[in-house]
Amino acid sequence: MAPMFPTSQPWVEKYRPKQVKDVAHQDEVVRVLTNTLQTANCPHMLFYGPPGTGKTTTALAIAHQLFGPQLYKSRVLELNASDDRGINVVRTKIKDFAAVAVGSSRQGGYPCPPFKIIILDEADSMTEDNALRRTMETYSKVTRFFFICNYISRIIEPLASRCAKFRFKPLNEDVMSSRILHICNEEGINLDSEALSTLSSISQGDLRRAITYLQSAARLFGSSITSRDLINVSGVIPEEAIQSLFSACKSGHFDLADSEVNNVIAEGYPVSQMLSQLYDVIVQAVDVSDEQKARICKKLGESDKVVLHFFCCVTCNLFLLGFSSVWHLCGVFSGFNFI
Amino acid sequence: MLWVDKYRPKTLDKLIVHQDIAQNLKKLVTEQQDCPHLLFYGPSGAGKKTLIMALLRQIFGASADKVKVENKTWKVDAGTRNIDVELTTLSSTHHVEMSPGDAGFQDRYVVQEIIKEMAKNRPIDTKGKRGFKVLVLNEVDRLSREAQHSLRRTMEKYSASCRLILCCNSSSKVTEAVRSRCLNIRINAPSEDEIVKVLEFIGKKEGLQLPAGFTPRIAQKSNRSLRRAILLFETCRVQQYPFTPNQAIPPMDWEQYVAEIASDILTEQSPKRLFQIRGKLYELLTNCIPPEVILKRLLSELLKKSDAELKLEVSHWAAYYEHRMRLGQKAIFHLEAFVAKFMSIYKSFLLSQFAAFG
Repeated sequence: MAPMFPTSQPWVEKYRPKQVKDVAHQDEVVRVLTNTLQTANCPHMLFYGPPGTGKTTTALAIAHQLFGPQLYKSRVLELNASDDRGINVVRTKIKDFAAVAVGSSRQGGYPCPPFKIIILDEADSMTEDNALRRTMETYSKVTRFFFICNYISRIIEPLASRCAKFRFKPLNEDVMSSRILHICNEEGINLDSEALSTLSSISQGDLRRAITYLQSAARLFGSSITSRDLINVSGVIPEEAIQSLFSACKSGHFDLADSEVNNVIAEGYPVSQMLSQLYDVIVQAVDVSDEQKARICKKLGESDKVVLHFFCCVTCNLFLLGFSSVWHLCGVFSGFNFI
Repeated sequence: MLWVDKYRPKTLDKLIVHQDIAQNLKKLVTEQQDCPHLLFYGPSGAGKKTLIMALLRQIFGASADKVKVENKTWKVDAGTRNIDVELTTLSSTHHVEMSPGDAGFQDRYVVQEIIKEMAKNRPIDTKGKRGFKVLVLNEVDRLSREAQHSLRRTMEKYSASCRLILCCNSSSKVTEAVRSRCLNIRINAPSEDEIVKVLEFIGKKEGLQLPAGFTPRIAQKSNRSLRRAILLFETCRVQQYPFTPNQAIPPMDWEQYVAEIASDILTEQSPKRLFQIRGKLYELLTNCIPPEVILKRLLSELLKKSDAELKLEVSHWAAYYEHRMRLGQKAIFHLEAFVAKFMSIYKSFLLSQFAAFG
């Protein structure tokens, strides 16, 4: 890796915990791994959980703490989706690395246990995990695998069953706030309490996202940041836009909804974001019955799948949504069966 | 030179629309020495490219304008075989610009190779010069999922030597992981008033007499796309000058053609007519109009003319066939299927209307 200059380093990298015990909010994992550090023994591991909860950080930290800077290069193989990971890589690179036997030698205060670590980051985007099954067992004496993924269901069962699984929880507001305040202190940023709670809510438990937003806002707007600035950089759609779209849909006029949707497109709001915010509005709406909500949400789910492909789907689905409300208000229940 | 290029603002200060974004960007690259990865998103004709070019010039000075077009070939070693990937790039000494989406499913090799190449030839950090290069990737939303995955780590790993500026229409097609690593900048389409302002500015520079109410009409026709508005403006200038207040603003010829198809569909619904329409659709496709655009336009034309009860169903089916078009390889089937579906819906609607009378 090219040498990093302190200024050009993103805060996400700068404030990445270097030690396992510094990882926030993941108590079970930290406990198991601290144990590992003492006994110098560990199973294969599978870390899963939403983005920005510290999976990669933990894996890198444990590897660094086990081997120290000198042996790190020779003992740890880090593969992620950026590298080519076809069947050949699994067959050759991983196998070659896994096959080398290593001894245990304590060096410079690091445990240096007699095995190597292969970190497979973003394992759910890996295609040929079948080839790994046997490799894992054959070389289990000298190699430990760390899988990191977002969705455990994407990892095939035979692989998952060979690993100790750890779920990484989304960070709650308190933990998030304390980390963010720590960074703010270090960087000399003024953040009022309103902005802090906005930041926690828009980042939805993703610490990396929160830090990125914070840094973006700091770069754009200087050292004192308000909640408006944060909303600006995060790409969250303003409440008014969502409300006007919602009311246009409720009116049940196609042309009204259509022009409102065109407006949203012209403003360039991301559709997926719009859908998720619209979802929140609908769930909380008081003048919509539960059954309607259920139907609308089903429709939203469908459109979320398809919508990535075409704005028109939004038009269509929003319209369906608009129509359904009107019908319901008029008491025309039979109209529903075609939605 | 077309007016669109002639009056493209060259610096961040000269922008007429998005002045606030420009000022923020300027602050971003001048005050602090570093610049994050950027992701510009917004509808076409909103000024994403203009902002990016102006930003590059702000960072690197005038040398960012000296670009050369290159047709590069990458030899990629993919295990058992070698793949040749060819792509056109636009590069200056400080930046490289390309649309990796054009490489189809091999786009991820291009993205990885070029970023690694850039990282190897790191510019020397002399005084006054930036220690990084910029890679501008257009149409990131067309990148395959693999390519976007491969961007994730690469972006972080090589961030010391290379900055990415991504540009796309819809940021929902960019994976969350990539988005969260960039500073997202939304470029909204200019409002009609802003378009009028720009058109009047151009009119003044060209020394044209503008009758009242003429520029607002162009702005209205342009669907809030500035590029389109300027093109329309120039077309009008070529067609007739001096302008008259109620001069006709010519629509795009392909749009007229789609409108013709729409009225063909509405006048007769039969296999024979479907066959004729197939010819017209082929005509549009061979003229390189993207099928999605055709479908979208056709839908809006049909919606304009069909009854209120049908609108919902028609747009549902349009969405359905559009989705399938993305999944499939050949667009013509799906376009034609949509036309046939519409014909059947419309015809049964008409019949039921007649039945109600009879």
